[in-house]
Amino acid sequence: MSLWEYANPVKFIRTTDKVLPWVWTLAFLCLVTGLTWGFFFTPDDFRMGSTVKIIYIHVPSALMAINAWLMMLVASLIWIVRRHHVSALAARAAAPVGAVMTVIALVTGAFWGQPMWGTWWEWDPRLTSFLILFLFYLGYIALWEAIENDDTAADLTSILCLVGSVFAILSRYAVNFWNQGLHQGATFSMDREENISDVFWYPAVISMVGFALLFVALVFLRTQTEIRARRTRALLAREGQA
Amino acid sequence: MRALLLRDLMLSIRAGGGFGLGLAFFLIVTVLVPFGVGPQTELLSRIAPGILWIGALLACLLSLDRILALDWEDGSLDLLATAPLPMEGIVTVKAFAHWITTGLPLVLAAPVLGVLLNLPGDAYLWVVVSLAVGTPALSVIGTFGAALTVGLKRGGLLMSLLVLPLYVPTLIFGAEVARRGGEGLTVQAPLLLLAGISFGAIALLPFASAAVLRINLR
Repeated sequence: MSLWEYANPVKFIRTTDKVLPWVWTLAFLCLVTGLTWGFFFTPDDFRMGSTVKIIYIHVPSALMAINAWLMMLVASLIWIVRRHHVSALAARAAAPVGAVMTVIALVTGAFWGQPMWGTWWEWDPRLTSFLILFLFYLGYIALWEAIENDDTAADLTSILCLVGSVFAILSRYAVNFWNQGLHQGATFSMDREENISDVFWYPAVISMVGFALLFVALVFLRTQTEIRARRTRALLAREGQA
Repeated sequence: MRALLLRDLMLSIRAGGGFGLGLAFFLIVTVLVPFGVGPQTELLSRIAPGILWIGALLACLLSLDRILALDWEDGSLDLLATAPLPMEGIVTVKAFAHWITTGLPLVLAAPVLGVLLNLPGDAYLWVVVSLAVGTPALSVIGTFGAALTVGLKRGGLLMSLLVLPLYVPTLIFGAEVARRGGEGLTVQAPLLLLAGISFGAIALLPFASAAVLRINLR
């Protein structure tokens, strides 16, 4: 019994079919709890007023936007090294979800920035690097769509993902160098500095978990769809020949 | 290797347009900017380094599909792939030929076009230096983009979408060198970072381009 057994599409579909309802339920519960708690049962911040509540969407989506790319990077590496089709398809499935997360983070950020900073958009390092990340997602998705042969597309996009990761990190630091920021530093961290009080912390963590589970559920679902679509195409091709 | 380099240079000079086209495009972009933002000289001289960099970048981008597409179409790329030269060598030579035919003319033309944009006197040197250091990176990154999209029928637009985000760090540091040079500030940090990006790209990206090209030729 090893992890690689799940590289078998049949096994993957069977397992995710069992797991998916649980993931959906948990994601739904976490999101409902986290967001309701965050929106209705937390006090307003003394400086930001009620706008602080955007944080329960803004931070989790930004987190997932970056983690989605990381997941695509890992999946691409697995595809290059071990050539498991499920892995390539999972990377493909994650890209649009990641792109949407990036858009959510950017848009909620704009809504938050308007009352707080007095501007919708600022060429701040964090904002700019997220915009560039979004462009990377677009290029990645477009390349997948443009190539007809599935294996070629998987190969090319995984190399693009590797190169893109290096350049995304480079851009991140280049942008830092280019303009000083308005965006505050990381408010949440694993070792948890005392810069956020418990009343805000718990609902935020719950909605982060909810977003992560939602991402997992969507990726599973989209990967399943990809596998089934590919199977259907193979069947149709066989029918056509007969 | 030298034969391939000579062949590429000859082709781009003789086979109509490739050589001068990038330069002409650079000229047009630079001329269009004052129409767009107005002819105030102080405004122009402030944005001149950035405009020169963006113009050079776009001119570079425009000529990328010539690196591999023609060889792909007439099948000489398949012949090259079976040649004793490793694929990494081929893409490096191609990128170098692209730099000689596009990057180098842009570097030389930049000061002339700087006059049109009322570039401040101190900035001339640094615009040339930053372009000279940065354009090799543009060529190498562009070769990667061209290799990615070479098999596609309408690859041009997609290539811009793929390549332009990759150009961001180079553009930031390059324009920063030119800007700081023009304002008389110290340019050491961005210049070193720009050189780092160039050398890193030259050292590593040919492997990625070669891998991509092998996949495409499969």
